[in-house]
Amino acid sequence: MAQTNPGKDSQASEAKKLISLPTSRVRLIMKSSPDVSSINQDALFLTTKATELFVQHLALTSFNNGSGREANSLDYSDLAKTAEETDTFHFLTDILPKKILARDYLESLEQLQDEDADF
Amino acid sequence: MAERPEDLNLPNAVITRIIKEALPDGVNVSKEARRAISQAASVFVLYATSCANNFAMKAKRKTLNAGDVLAAMEEMEFERFLEPLREALEVYKKDQKGRKEVSEQKRKDKEKKTDSENDKSREEEEEEEEQQRMEEEPEEEPEEEEEEVVEN
Repeated sequence: MAQTNPGKDSQASEAKKLISLPTSRVRLIMKSSPDVSSINQDALFLTTKATELFVQHLALTSFNNGSGREANSLDYSDLAKTAEETDTFHFLTDILPKKILARDYLESLEQLQDEDADF
Repeated sequence: MAERPEDLNLPNAVITRIIKEALPDGVNVSKEARRAISQAASVFVLYATSCANNFAMKAKRKTLNAGDVLAAMEEMEFERFLEPLREALEVYKKDQKGRKEVSEQKRKDKEKKTDSENDKSREEEEEEEEQQRMEEEPEEEPEEEEEEVVEN
């Protein structure tokens, strides 16, 4: 997998790119939040930058904590595990649920039904 | 609220790049993981915005400012972001100042030519520059938004 492009890199280091994500897209997401009227330029920049830092942090933490580390890979399950086990990523548990086999889910459903039947 | 859900997603290619730069070389990142991280990033923006907005409202301001965002990071327990954010903001502000000075100089030069003619073009320029300032650096490669990076 080619990761470095010498031509591009020298251009980038000259411009000293602060952010890669498009601020216009970030602004769109921010505006979809209720009660937000306007966003100052610095705030938009910071939010964009923070999002990039967040992506790095989530990826690296999940990789370090996950079982994919032995296989030198990062998979969905690593992310779901991190969301559940790391406090700062708790807000992600709804969108990164742990996956279980349908078979196991049905089993636990049956167990619940049995418990209800006792009443 | 946006009508099309994909509008609230961040460009895949950029997210992928950021992930790769954060991880050691050669780590294989599944497509599912990439998509999940991208969605998590969008949720992060919403959460941060909501949090920052609370600070603004407390201060009876309608405009979200830099301080609100930094306060939100602390509230969300992402203190580790604070220093890199402050440093980046400093560089960003200097850069903005530099660009403003350049465009103001350009405007002054133009004014020397014709005054009435330039009233309209100045407005258009301001709008353009506003756009440029916001989007010049991050949107160097606008086409990448449609690219799906295929892994070996």
